[in-house]
Amino acid sequence: MPLADARAQLPKLITVQHDPVADHAWLDRLALGCNRYTPLVALDAPDGLILDIAGAEHLVGGEAGLIADAELRLSRLGMTVRHAFGPTADAARALARYQTRPAPDEAGAVRRLPVLALELEPEATTALVRAGLKTIGDLASRPMANIAARFGAGAAMALRRILGDAPSPLDPRIAPPPVAAERRFAEPIGSTAHATRVLAELAEEAIADLAERGKGGRHFRATFFRSDGLARSIDVETGHATRDTGLVMRLFAERMDGLADPLDPGFGFDMIRLAVPRLDALGATQLKLEGGEVREAAMDELVDRMTTRLGRRRVKKLMAEDTHIPEQAQLALPAIDAPAPLPWQTPDPGEPPMRPFHLFDPPQPIEVIAEVPDGPPHQFRWRRATHAVRRYEGPERIAAEWWRRRDNGGLTRDYYRVEDVQGRRYWLFRHGLYDEKPDPRWYIHGVFA
Amino acid sequence: MHESSQSLAGLRQHIARLAADGGQASHPAEGWLASGHAGFDAAVGGGLAIGKTHEFYAADALDGTSAAAFAALLALRTPGQAPLIWLRTADAAGRAGHIYAPGIAELGGDPDRLLLVETPDPKLLLACANDAIRCAGSAAVIVESWGKFPLLDLTAGRRLALGARDAGTILLMLRLNAVPAPSVAETRWSVAAAASRPLEANAPGAPAFDLELLRWRAGPAGGRWRLDWKHDEQRFGQNRGEPALSGALLPVPARRAALSHGAAAA
Repeated sequence: MPLADARAQLPKLITVQHDPVADHAWLDRLALGCNRYTPLVALDAPDGLILDIAGAEHLVGGEAGLIADAELRLSRLGMTVRHAFGPTADAARALARYQTRPAPDEAGAVRRLPVLALELEPEATTALVRAGLKTIGDLASRPMANIAARFGAGAAMALRRILGDAPSPLDPRIAPPPVAAERRFAEPIGSTAHATRVLAELAEEAIADLAERGKGGRHFRATFFRSDGLARSIDVETGHATRDTGLVMRLFAERMDGLADPLDPGFGFDMIRLAVPRLDALGATQLKLEGGEVREAAMDELVDRMTTRLGRRRVKKLMAEDTHIPEQAQLALPAIDAPAPLPWQTPDPGEPPMRPFHLFDPPQPIEVIAEVPDGPPHQFRWRRATHAVRRYEGPERIAAEWWRRRDNGGLTRDYYRVEDVQGRRYWLFRHGLYDEKPDPRWYIHGVFA
Repeated sequence: MHESSQSLAGLRQHIARLAADGGQASHPAEGWLASGHAGFDAAVGGGLAIGKTHEFYAADALDGTSAAAFAALLALRTPGQAPLIWLRTADAAGRAGHIYAPGIAELGGDPDRLLLVETPDPKLLLACANDAIRCAGSAAVIVESWGKFPLLDLTAGRRLALGARDAGTILLMLRLNAVPAPSVAETRWSVAAAASRPLEANAPGAPAFDLELLRWRAGPAGGRWRLDWKHDEQRFGQNRGEPALSGALLPVPARRAALSHGAAAA
């Protein structure tokens, strides 16, 4: 029905623009909330969730208890839910979406599903129905080779998956962590301070587990499950494997203080889980007598804290890159990843520095007066000030990396080190040779000390 | 009324105690960041004292690179692998330029010692500076700011100075495009680029710096130096370049009275 007709029939109709991104984000939040039942939750976009509850359903009172709990929580959030249980993920999915008639058992129910449940191309479905094959059961009684020959290998595979003859693997939204500790509360707790204390206890449990394995955590994730079915995850990372509860809790405190939208207990948290998704080997440590180890540990903790507060990309180490394109010769990597350093180009004795202390990326355009067209700059104008060049050295010719790109990678640059009459040293270049370009532009690329 | 005056008196006593013994038990900061130039170091009592705050003002907005490089070289010429923590706001790269590690390597410094922290705003810059300065084991902490820095008032400066003293670290405040203002810094410098000693064919030579001591808590201010960076020897030396053409540099008395902003800010 077109919108105009609908509005004519019902003038008070409320219309909302379809927002697939927001829908997906909401489904993602629901999936995180469903992590309370099992660690294996997969998204079935745009509007489904698949839970692998094998071995986990008895914790919440069996299949019936689980579905009652899930329906209650989701209906509180305004969701209308259809559910089904199945021997495989694809069977459960097909039953939830296409089951119309009740059946005595799961296998029978799958066989009674319409062929639409295979989700083939519309033409293939029509052809199946015209051939009198209306249900999965009808189709399953035919030889598989004939189905594959007539409707393609995809149809045969979909049929085998629904029937459970072929595996239908799940792609869980969050991989189950190797180490986790969780606590459920009979009565939801409404205070964030209390939740933090519980988190500290969980951290001790998880770290005791890590110690038994001889491992340390690099990444800790706290998930707070609210009684209304939603959940919130908070992650912290460390630069080195750690088993220090105090450090982990300080990082969590730092992270929670810096949250743009604070942790909201809503009607209370009824479960808190601390997972350690990333482990590294960590033996017993011995402190050095002179205290060097202590100082390094303090510096590592500083990096962890600042990374937690500012984000991975803002606490950096500079790494050498093997290229002669100046702006690509250094790479800023997160310091928390503790990247292995590569050797830097060392200066030649007696030579002044050939590379600037500060680099502009992108280079800033300047106006240059040169005595001869392809000669050194005589005077240039940058940031509304004129600089008269007193000394210069150059050109240092840097060609584009023609061996990497088909279009030769761009123009050649002629770099000049210049000093103006005030004694300031700059790095200028002319972008392009005169036989490459009629009127090459000049840029300032850096400032020397 | 009675109660509040009692608690006030208690607070006063507490503050007096803090002021007397200098707060928590602290390991005394020792040592200096020396330049390697005997005359310069002797004139400021051995170099820039560790455990204190030192300010470097760029004499002009265009001298920012000289001020930054001077502070970095002082810190990086210390032996060992102690990291140099450099804090700046995220917009600093657009104004002053990215800190370029190959350039530091060309000056003879080790860029792997550099830990670069970029904060989204000055408020977080100050918070991170407080954390960094309280972490022992760094060669120096450089805090780079552009323009006025109203958050860095005397209280904030004192907090930073106490942190540096307690942890035995050194804070180098890099003030670009700013006018010297009152602060608790031990020394305050104005740094400008100086003409280098030319090489063959009139090529620009080694980095040269014009330094002016605007303020020194422990002694007279007003000293002026012109230093060269000698990367082969990892030290600063006397610049023997010819004077610049414009703004002809007149000989300045080594210890003139604290003039202009030095006096105003002290």
